[in-house]
Amino acid sequence: MTETWIIVGASSAMARALARATAPRSATLLLCGRDTEDLQRDAADLRLRGAQAVEVLAYDTRDPGTEAALVARAAALEGPFNVAVFAGAMPPQTEVEADPSLLAGVVQDNFTATGTLLLRLAPLMEARGAGTVVGVASVAGDRGRLGNHVYGAAKAGFATLLSGLRNRLGRSGVHVVTVKPGFVDTAMTWGLDGMFLVAAPEAVAKDILAAVRRRRNVVYTPWFWAGIMAIIRSVPEPIFKKLQI
Amino acid sequence: MPLNSAPYTGWGRVLSANAGRARPEKVAALRRHLAETPGPALGALRSYGDAALSGRRAAVDMTRLDRMLAFDPQTGVLEAEAGVRLSDILAHMAPRGWMPAVLPGTGHVTLGGAIAADVHGKNHHQIGSFGQHVESLRLLGPDGTPREVSGDTEPELFRATLGGMGLTGVIESAAIRLAPCPSGTVEVSERRIAGLDAYLDAFAASTAPFQVGWIDATASGEALGRGVLEEAEFSPPGAPYVPARKHRAIPMDAPGFLLSGAVVRAFNTRYFRRIPAAGRSRRRPLAGFLFPLDSLSGWNRLYGKRGFHQFQCVLPTDTARDTLRAMLSEIAASGLAAPLAVLKRMGPGRAGPLSFPMQGYTLAVDFPARPAAAALIARLVERTADAGGRVYLAKDSLARPEHVARMYPELDSFRASVRAADPDGVFETDLARRLALRGNSA
Repeated sequence: MTETWIIVGASSAMARALARATAPRSATLLLCGRDTEDLQRDAADLRLRGAQAVEVLAYDTRDPGTEAALVARAAALEGPFNVAVFAGAMPPQTEVEADPSLLAGVVQDNFTATGTLLLRLAPLMEARGAGTVVGVASVAGDRGRLGNHVYGAAKAGFATLLSGLRNRLGRSGVHVVTVKPGFVDTAMTWGLDGMFLVAAPEAVAKDILAAVRRRRNVVYTPWFWAGIMAIIRSVPEPIFKKLQI
Repeated sequence: MPLNSAPYTGWGRVLSANAGRARPEKVAALRRHLAETPGPALGALRSYGDAALSGRRAAVDMTRLDRMLAFDPQTGVLEAEAGVRLSDILAHMAPRGWMPAVLPGTGHVTLGGAIAADVHGKNHHQIGSFGQHVESLRLLGPDGTPREVSGDTEPELFRATLGGMGLTGVIESAAIRLAPCPSGTVEVSERRIAGLDAYLDAFAASTAPFQVGWIDATASGEALGRGVLEEAEFSPPGAPYVPARKHRAIPMDAPGFLLSGAVVRAFNTRYFRRIPAAGRSRRRPLAGFLFPLDSLSGWNRLYGKRGFHQFQCVLPTDTARDTLRAMLSEIAASGLAAPLAVLKRMGPGRAGPLSFPMQGYTLAVDFPARPAAAALIARLVERTADAGGRVYLAKDSLARPEHVARMYPELDSFRASVRAADPDGVFETDLARRLALRGNSA
């Protein structure tokens, strides 16, 4: 039987790359995102690349109404399915510092909206006793850095939720992979200063699918970010608080 | 939309621009961006000089708008966004028995770039140029609004866009007529050619659908114009398509001595003798045959950090023999050429007023960027104009406006179309400024 993927935040470059990597395997794909008109173009593309069936569903982290339709569609799926959550947003830290009321939205986009969605999908997956959840967190969630700690805090919350979900869903045969990308060449990082070792979205998608196949728990992508973040996590707080990274 | 302000270069890495690049990932974002900040489009940056550079206005990088939108197996018409790479189209369409009718020597070029440069391939003498297989275009004007352009709706604008180097607007998507792809492999025969006269005779006598000749640009005297002619045709139907081999990458800029005259001469002699005197035939995967250089990603770094120029001209049949002899003598005497040099027959097929092809022969030679090489290329450009030929704008970085006026007789009608489509010159590239492609009032 071929695989089914619900891709949340399907317009992102990493999501597009993941969908394209699964299409030649005759995957069934549900593309969920805000710009459904644009997602229809992805759907057409993925069909030409070999996907068995592609559907487009509206999903917006700021519009809880869209969640119910997505969950209902998932409930109607026959057999196990996988969920990959790419939805998220990263406003500049300085913008949030100027207007702290933006924090709630950042948390909603990167943690609570998609977290709620996963909690609603969890029973469906438990009932099917199989499938994989891919949650895209970030290296930014590993430590609160000077330039990026609002986004990082939201991603840290999401990563902790994924960790708990892994424990819960593992008991029913559902696996949860936490993906922590470093710098990836996407619209989010395009033109930002200080980018280095920027990975192609296709390379990240390949890493994600390898992690799914090997049932890895937490993966950094590209792999060397595991080392970079191990060092950053090990810096004692009295020193870390003075660093500019 | 955020701009990436890092400087960028063409494939030759000699010229650069730094007015920024936007890179939309959705169609709505592209149109919105153009409405606010109009500027020319760029694709895979595989043109060599300044064709894709914009030093005044922010350019729009189209490579993330790369989706195939519709395919009709009855007619073979594929509609796709301009940023899709031709190798991607080939990889997904060949297993269905279809392929882009025209494929240049690298599969990395985008659909939009292939249209804008009206590229040609190893089958040009039979099937014409890329633009001749374009059914229609969705073109974004200076205000970001799309219009459907075809030979029926707006023939002048349509023709001016085919080979128009991006000056008529931003190609958002295009519908192209694919050609049947009967097999995933080709039967390739390679044979040594002793010199220029034999080369031109061999091309004239060949009936193979695919033809390309490597030429030893360092050889002189009796051996002037020697090389290896490759001819190919499809294998009998049935062989499956295999993607091009996994890329090996050039990890760093190569040191200059690698391309000194003595090293290149020695390399070329070995490359020539690698083919047995009696020739050889073998079956090769289609993609590997079509895109010989794509197995080595970043090969432009072999030319070192100073970059390189490629001189490519086409010469009409009646002047080709004498002009090629004079050019090759001058190139061999200079000791400046790199191993990469190609001689090819061209048919008459061309799609637009600024299209490169003409019936005759095309010569392409790489030169590491040195002051002497620039002077040599300037003389070769002059010879091309004198012989009634053309230089290829997608490769050029050294021609001057008066050359283009002599080489492209339809330049005036092109200028009229461009000025009508883009009165304020928002799509003007560095190439267009250097060569006054919009005319002097731009």
